Amino acid sequence: MGFEKFGRRSFTAMTKTAKFVDLLAEGKINGTVCKKCGAKFFPPRADCSSCFSAEMDWFEMPTKGKLETFTTAYYAPFGFEADPPYTMGVVNFGDIKLFARLAKDIPIDDIVAGMDVSIRTLTYDDGQLSFEIIKA
Amino acid sequence: MAKDVAVIGVGQSSFVRGYPGSIRELAFEAFKEAALDAGITQKDIGASVFCSAPEYDKQRSPAGVLAEYLGLIPQPTFYVETVCSSSSTGVKVAYSMIKAGLHDMVAVVGFQKMSEITSAESQERMGRGADIQWEAPFGTMMPAYYALYARAYMAKNGLTHEDLMGVRLKSASYGTVNERAVYRKGVKAEDFDATNPDAKMAGPVAWPLRVGDACANADGSSCIILANAEKAKAFTKKPVWIMGIGAASEAVNMAARPDFSKGLSVGYAAAAEAYKMAGITSKDIKVAEVHDCFTIAEIMAYEGLGFAKMGEGKELIRAKETYKEGKIPVNVDGGLLSKGHPIGATGGSQMRTIVLQLRDEAGPMQVPNNPDIGLVHNVGGVGLYGSVTIFGR
Repeated sequence: MGFEKFGRRSFTAMTKTAKFVDLLAEGKINGTVCKKCGAKFFPPRADCSSCFSAEMDWFEMPTKGKLETFTTAYYAPFGFEADPPYTMGVVNFGDIKLFARLAKDIPIDDIVAGMDVSIRTLTYDDGQLSFEIIKA
Repeated sequence: MAKDVAVIGVGQSSFVRGYPGSIRELAFEAFKEAALDAGITQKDIGASVFCSAPEYDKQRSPAGVLAEYLGLIPQPTFYVETVCSSSSTGVKVAYSMIKAGLHDMVAVVGFQKMSEITSAESQERMGRGADIQWEAPFGTMMPAYYALYARAYMAKNGLTHEDLMGVRLKSASYGTVNERAVYRKGVKAEDFDATNPDAKMAGPVAWPLRVGDACANADGSSCIILANAEKAKAFTKKPVWIMGIGAASEAVNMAARPDFSKGLSVGYAAAAEAYKMAGITSKDIKVAEVHDCFTIAEIMAYEGLGFAKMGEGKELIRAKETYKEGKIPVNVDGGLLSKGHPIGATGGSQMRTIVLQLRDEAGPMQVPNNPDIGLVHNVGGVGLYGSVTIFGR
């Protein structure tokens, strides 16, 4: 699958990490880890900036993290007009972080920084694949 | 202090919502003012650097096209881009060329005509100054990114919406007297009152940031003419010297940002480098222009620049210490919040303000007691790039 399937609307068709989208289709949210030096990356990278190796493995992201910070967007950029309000945030898993939208079914008033959260894959009505932050 | 490279001329167009001309004509306005200010003609200039964010320019490779219109051919011209800090980066490039002895005098022209596309399109393009591969697919835009910082910062440091409003009220009070600013109407606390249906500033954009916390897009241009010591002395009685230049960059993706409650790391890194080069500390700065694309950005800048300790930036705005008469006047030309933010022109506009301040020519915005050292802090993207430049008489 091409990377144009990623997210509500993708801006990049080709990347060496396009397998990320195939993994999303299988219900998996993966980062990459360098086979040589063990450096872990999310979002995934095809090239290790620590040791220059291009030998990467996929690893499943942790499922238990804390919401570090978040914001609710009341306006959206071109192409996302139907979506607001929507909330986006950063999850801290300890050694690695992730940025995504929060699931629509979490009431905005229930969201607090520091809350326990998890992540899951998501398929939009038009077949676009993504991942989102959910309550733990 | 090294008196090697000086600013000998500054210019800026009015910042407006819809400039009735092309990018060539827009750039010409700032260049003309700076050339007249410096008392030079095009033949005195050895090279030019044009600075903008290219996603707004329908013209491919604008540097050559604009150089021709400004009369700066056949000298070499270059194009520099670091989103919202483009013209500060252009000044660093020009400084380097002069220090290296390649050119005696260089014009840095920043410009941006943002009004040819809709506000939503503009937000999207501006969002593309962030991570288009991994973040834009979620529907990100600049206010949301700065709101991530605002949320974490406010929770940890006790900063309130009242404090953020304080930044806007300060800036607006100076915007009313800056004839080049796009927003000159002034802002009152009532404008932030969410119970008042006419309160234009209260509406949420990306919570916790409100309409009044954000600057406006604008069309505009700026020009800074730099020269070596010999040329500076030949052309002007009021050279303003570049004492220090610092710059830094940071991971584009929010997933790689260390700590949202501590502000933008590039602000700290660029400031440390600039202070070291200038051989001074934050206490020596008498007037500053900081990158206030959002109110939270100004508070974070106070700390990155060392005007306040980490987490204590709010004390400066509460005590009105960043007003003209305060301990460290900041954005007394109205800042981006009032002037508007024509991306490529912004850094040059900030520098023009500081140069006028150090020459005692800032009119109703002039800081008292003859400031001798001033600072410009200019950020590109959400702290993707940071630039700090220190000027002295």
